[in-house]
Amino acid sequence: MKKIRCALIGSGNIGTDLIYKIQRSELLEPVWMVGIDPESEGLTRAAAMGLKTTYEGIDGLLPHVLEDEIQIAFDATSAYVHAENSRKLNELGVMMIDLTPAAIGPLCVPPVNLKQHAEKVEMNVNMISCAGQATIPIVSAVSQIQGVEYAEIIASLSSKSIGPGTRANLDEFTYTTSNAIEVVGGAKKGKALAIINPAEPPMIMRNTIYCLTEGEPDEEKITASVLAMIKEVQKYVPGYKLVNGPSFEGNKVAVFMEVEGLGDYLPKYAGNLDIMTAAATRTAEMFAEEILAGTIQLNPVEVAS
Amino acid sequence: MSDLNGRKVILHDMCLRDGMHAKREQISVEQMVKVATALDDAGMPYIQVTHGAGLGGNSLQHGFALASNEEYIEAVASRMKQAVVSVLLLPGLGTMKELKSAYDSGARSVHVATHCTEADTSPQHIACARELGMDTTGFLMMSHLSDASSLAQEAKKMESYGANTVYITDSAGFMLPEDVTQRVTALRDVLKPETEIGFHGHHNMGLGISNSIAAIAAGASRIDGSVAGLGAGAGNTPLEVFIAVCERMGIETGVDLFKTMDIADEIIFPMMDHIVRVDKDSLTLGYAGVYSTFLLHAKRAAERFGVPARDILVELGRKKMIGGQEDMIQDTAMTMAKQRGLLKQNF
Repeated sequence: MKKIRCALIGSGNIGTDLIYKIQRSELLEPVWMVGIDPESEGLTRAAAMGLKTTYEGIDGLLPHVLEDEIQIAFDATSAYVHAENSRKLNELGVMMIDLTPAAIGPLCVPPVNLKQHAEKVEMNVNMISCAGQATIPIVSAVSQIQGVEYAEIIASLSSKSIGPGTRANLDEFTYTTSNAIEVVGGAKKGKALAIINPAEPPMIMRNTIYCLTEGEPDEEKITASVLAMIKEVQKYVPGYKLVNGPSFEGNKVAVFMEVEGLGDYLPKYAGNLDIMTAAATRTAEMFAEEILAGTIQLNPVEVAS
Repeated sequence: MSDLNGRKVILHDMCLRDGMHAKREQISVEQMVKVATALDDAGMPYIQVTHGAGLGGNSLQHGFALASNEEYIEAVASRMKQAVVSVLLLPGLGTMKELKSAYDSGARSVHVATHCTEADTSPQHIACARELGMDTTGFLMMSHLSDASSLAQEAKKMESYGANTVYITDSAGFMLPEDVTQRVTALRDVLKPETEIGFHGHHNMGLGISNSIAAIAAGASRIDGSVAGLGAGAGNTPLEVFIAVCERMGIETGVDLFKTMDIADEIIFPMMDHIVRVDKDSLTLGYAGVYSTFLLHAKRAAERFGVPARDILVELGRKKMIGGQEDMIQDTAMTMAKQRGLLKQNF
């Protein structure tokens, strides 16, 4: 069966983990890996796994896009260079999946709003953050039943799973995730907290979701909605598990989740890495299905100068 | 007089920040003004004023205070004759937007706090504080979990981002005086001579005073505490006691002892909802090395789920939970309640 050919930009933890996820896909094929450091472990590994590689950044990839029929690219670099990467690839008709906090395209949480984005043929969709992917489905599950005045999420991440980029830019993570809790999760106000825990052995990613509902929460319907949503996420992240809750206290709903990864590149504790790459892969697959079925077509984006 | 005769130390009062934990964030603006003006009058050089968890602290995770941080800071800062108002900022919770807003409200000093192994989550915030011209401290929480040389490396990172002071923070009140001596000495060895070292103690093992003295003897020049010890767990180093000890040893704080004693008895003590002291739960924090702020959360969870607070605290210590993971207290209590047949899954 024909597969959609993909390029991965950024050879850090996320980019490297994506190779494994995409190689397993029935709809996607990883063809290029783009880095900026010829010595990087990610590029060496990509080459060993059969990908074409360049260490000249995005410009090293551009001349090969058309001949290698690249249609989807994943950007796991940084918010600072993403806009430029996206512009250059969109011009060549390549659809962009943004794993940085740049968020220039619409925010995507697969079980909540992916279908709408694919139908609109968005040429750039943003994956928010690992905490966003792990918590917004639950906020949405509650807000589908009842209005949510305020939602707050706490992500506990193991120290070993957090790369230097995220560490140096924690504020961007906070802003992007808080905003997405409102825009995608459907809460009137959102707040995101991140904790980096250095315990050994490393702790598995944990997420707590609090929602304040408008009026007394409908416990039965909210519980059913949350459980159904967890099943949806488990389709692409099997290690997405409910530990405690939904627990109700006044109009506060509390849900305690754990995310165990598949252990592709980083070990299983790094569920935060997995949920991000799995959501990005799921997003690309949805677009790929439509492209292969001929229901959507990617066109070069003309940029007004 | 002791060997420390003539040493100068800068005191930093925590009643209106760490004390917020002990008051479940329910100190009013009027009470803050009353406490702060009395401290200012006694000569306290630095007074920290924010939600217990600092900037951005208002949350379900950490509780909602009676007023915004800006309202508290403005009300206090506008009335200070000599004291500098400081704030706490934990990256991952508070952001640079909130730091700028605190500065606009009158804060001129900040503790930028990270867990003791995660200093590299603070460069943006420390640099931002320096750019604003603030007195900038890097604050290494739960310092007992790191050995002296690793801690010194983290301190060095904070110094490189621009911190003019680095604190060793005994958030769990776990350290013994020799632990403090080793850590301060290790920091003094690697930091620039002009970079100050501070110590922030908790009194969970009754060692707030002796640990602070050990810190000064090893080269620290800034000490956090709170008058009457109003703070998380068994409280911070009680400053009126500490000042009395300093006077006996010839250490100069510049703060009036009798005025501070009066503030402790007449203003702070009557404010307490519970007597902040070493009891079985706060002692458990110190003994097991658990974050002091977890105390009241654990007591609440104990009441709700029927698992004793001490059992919950020991389990949190075993799971190596750190400051900011207050959500894991309810989670842990629920898991323990299920194991003990006290709670059924609700579906």
